[in-house]
Amino acid sequence: MKKLLLAASAAALLAGTWLAPAQAEYLKEHRGGTIRLLARSAAGTLDPHINYTDQGWQMYQPIYDGLVAFRKAEGMDGFTIVPDLAAALPQASNDGKTFTFKLRKGIKFSNGQEMGVKDVVASFQRIFKVSGPTSGTFYAGIVGADKCLADTKNCTLEGGVVGDEAAGTITLNLTKPDAEILYKLALPHAVVLPADTPAEDMGSKPIPSTGAYMISAFDPNKGMTVSRNPNFKQWSEEAQPDGYPDVVQYDFGLSEEAAVTAIQNGEADWMFDALPSDRLGELGSKSMDQLHISPLSAWWYAPLNNRLAPFDNEKARQAVAYAIDRNTLVKLFGGKVLASPVCQVLPPDFPGHEDYCPFTKNPGTKWSAPDLDKAKQLVEESGTKGQKVTIIVEDTAISRSIGVYLQSVLTTIGYVADVKPISSNIQFTYIQNTNNKVQMSVTQWYKDYPAASDFLNILFSCASFREGSDASINIAGFCDKDIDAKMQKALDLGVTDQKAADKMWAEIDKQVTDKAPAVGLFTPKRLDFVSKRVGNFKFNRQFNWMITQSWVQ
Amino acid sequence: MSNQAVAMPRKTRGPWSVAFAKLARDRAAMASLAVFLLIVLACLSAPLYAKWAGVDPFASTLDAVIQIDGADVPVMEQSTEGLGLGYTPLGPTWRLGNYFLGADSQGRDVMARMLYGGLSSLLISGAATIFTLIIGTAAGLIAGYFGGITDTVLSRLLDVLWAFPIYLLAISLSIVTIAQGIRIGPIDIESGSLWLPVIIIGIVYVPYVARPIRGQVLSLRHSEFVLAAINLGVPGWRILWRDILPNITTTLIVFVPLMMALNMLTESALSFLSIGVQPPAASWGTIIQDGQALLYTRPLVALVPGLAIAVSVMALNVFGDGLRDALDPRSKVRLGRD
Repeated sequence: MKKLLLAASAAALLAGTWLAPAQAEYLKEHRGGTIRLLARSAAGTLDPHINYTDQGWQMYQPIYDGLVAFRKAEGMDGFTIVPDLAAALPQASNDGKTFTFKLRKGIKFSNGQEMGVKDVVASFQRIFKVSGPTSGTFYAGIVGADKCLADTKNCTLEGGVVGDEAAGTITLNLTKPDAEILYKLALPHAVVLPADTPAEDMGSKPIPSTGAYMISAFDPNKGMTVSRNPNFKQWSEEAQPDGYPDVVQYDFGLSEEAAVTAIQNGEADWMFDALPSDRLGELGSKSMDQLHISPLSAWWYAPLNNRLAPFDNEKARQAVAYAIDRNTLVKLFGGKVLASPVCQVLPPDFPGHEDYCPFTKNPGTKWSAPDLDKAKQLVEESGTKGQKVTIIVEDTAISRSIGVYLQSVLTTIGYVADVKPISSNIQFTYIQNTNNKVQMSVTQWYKDYPAASDFLNILFSCASFREGSDASINIAGFCDKDIDAKMQKALDLGVTDQKAADKMWAEIDKQVTDKAPAVGLFTPKRLDFVSKRVGNFKFNRQFNWMITQSWVQ
Repeated sequence: MSNQAVAMPRKTRGPWSVAFAKLARDRAAMASLAVFLLIVLACLSAPLYAKWAGVDPFASTLDAVIQIDGADVPVMEQSTEGLGLGYTPLGPTWRLGNYFLGADSQGRDVMARMLYGGLSSLLISGAATIFTLIIGTAAGLIAGYFGGITDTVLSRLLDVLWAFPIYLLAISLSIVTIAQGIRIGPIDIESGSLWLPVIIIGIVYVPYVARPIRGQVLSLRHSEFVLAAINLGVPGWRILWRDILPNITTTLIVFVPLMMALNMLTESALSFLSIGVQPPAASWGTIIQDGQALLYTRPLVALVPGLAIAVSVMALNVFGDGLRDALDPRSKVRLGRD
């Protein structure tokens, strides 16, 4: 069966239409049943305009739609933007500042209401009215966004989002061209909800949706039931394909160990959380057929506070970058199958990525081994030897072990280091706030969308640094005016020539890496463990496993 | 003969001597004391053990290779079957000085960490006991002896502390101080210091000592010898020091093992939650936490410190019970019957 599927997929890929024949063939045979998912806890609020978690975004894919969407396809194809509620991708006009979308007709929400222009306009306003987490960044370039950010309750986005009921069009006006606007519109924060959705965080209350499925029950302490949307009629297989299972039952509360056992026993089909490290060997040998390893566009890194001693000294930062043995970190994460050593910011296979590693025994394109002599020499030259460094890590087994390892490394090269694990619930905001005087930390960054700026501009631009704020995502506090100007240039260039812009981002990646505001640790891979009955596992690089494209019967 | 014997002054034993004799005859208490002393001695030998074994129990040694029966054995073994996922730490070798209890997920010698961990746990629980007894006794003495507004203020403060569930209060204090330490005037305790758990644990148990002490002092305050001293114009601090404190000593002695057992459990719980002893330092609680991620493949990493805590706490509690029986004046009646 697996071979047959692979053959069919390969043939489809060669033909350039990977999905349609395979799905048509399998849909009847495998349609139906309940797919059972497990997670230690719920992903927070159900509100797609607010939820900013991997877990939530993955689940929203078969439920909600925006004007455009990331293609529901396997691998890198999942980075392609396709029209969703809009009938076609818009052509930019007005020097790249205006986009006009023609809405599809006949699409209904799960509550039976017709989806129309007013819903789209209201949804854009709602992003600001509910103070969506990306309203001030991703959508701040829409005309009128500044007023909406200042006065969220009375947001109208006047002149920014203009609906024409008669023509069935939505015109989006930007204050300046944005090469990444379609990516931003394809994220769950910009999905279209009914116009009468209250302008407040809906929390545990499901909001009607246009997708193939709808949330029919939710209890944050127990679970979520997702069932077929009775009003759904497939309009685009690429944007919102129909799914195989009739019901997705997502249960919360089971520990990772218990979840693995449940999947082994066939009581559940998949778990969201990472597999416990002490089960990897067993699963890797006895349940190979049920494991799926997929690359991620992500970065585990150690931000070094560029504004606090000792890492306000570039040589001290470079010393740490030279000293860390990435192979050891890979080992701590589960081995080479699950992670790869990294030196630079942009992950492999990502726009703008060009292999580069200056901080290794033999500098070049790949990391080979730590250079402790060079590291010790740099610490001496920096005059920071003997200074105290505290590393703040998340209170999880893997983060704690990385922290303990880094503490050993810092001690070896001449610092007096200690490590503090703090609750995962607060660590990410804690390390961002300059008031906490965090010198070094360990954290991760997963892409929002496939653009180099989502790593470089967000993590290392001067604008991303906010003194005394919990939302200062430039954790290192790095600010280089020249690199900042170059990033702006690359963003502008992307509007007309994305290829040239990516070339420029590759240069910026090298420049940022050279300054070592943070030390790249490794690129992780996603390990999905599914039950024996799950078929047609497809991993989308944008939103991970496409849950409803798998079957259970 | 018999008349002469009655007339001779009978040599009576002092209360301490009676207590020691009674304690010495309590086999369970003495066995518990022996077990506890053995544990203390073993933990005190931690630096010597680590030096002899040639291991650093605080540094990651993921690439270490040891020799067992002449063969090279990696401390962290990569799975070679199937997909080759994950690394498994070395299991127990049962050879002293050579990863006797195996390795943890950082490739560190669990036996060496157990000994160092015990040392931390004993130090913290011991120091916290002393802290609690000093503060609790002072508060109980002052509140009970001076009474009035002093008693009201101190008692209400103790009531406030008493009102919080112990673990909730300890966890809250730990979370507040864990990252920045304590900086109050001249007091400057850094965040990684062992003094932090000592003070936190010490504070939360103060009411447990202060309230019974206050009750005892209240009754002693109205006893004839204290009233006589007051009427003779003896200063209050002298009465507290010379007359009242010696009369509550037995209570304080009984508190020592019982509080230490309680403190050891609290320290382990806080360290297990990552808000007690901070890595890479070890305590039995942190080793259980490290072992939690290895329960499936190397359960001993979590089981051994758990067992150590259980044995230590049980030994302290049994010894504490024996000590209480020995020092309890009412038990003299039973002693007389023996």
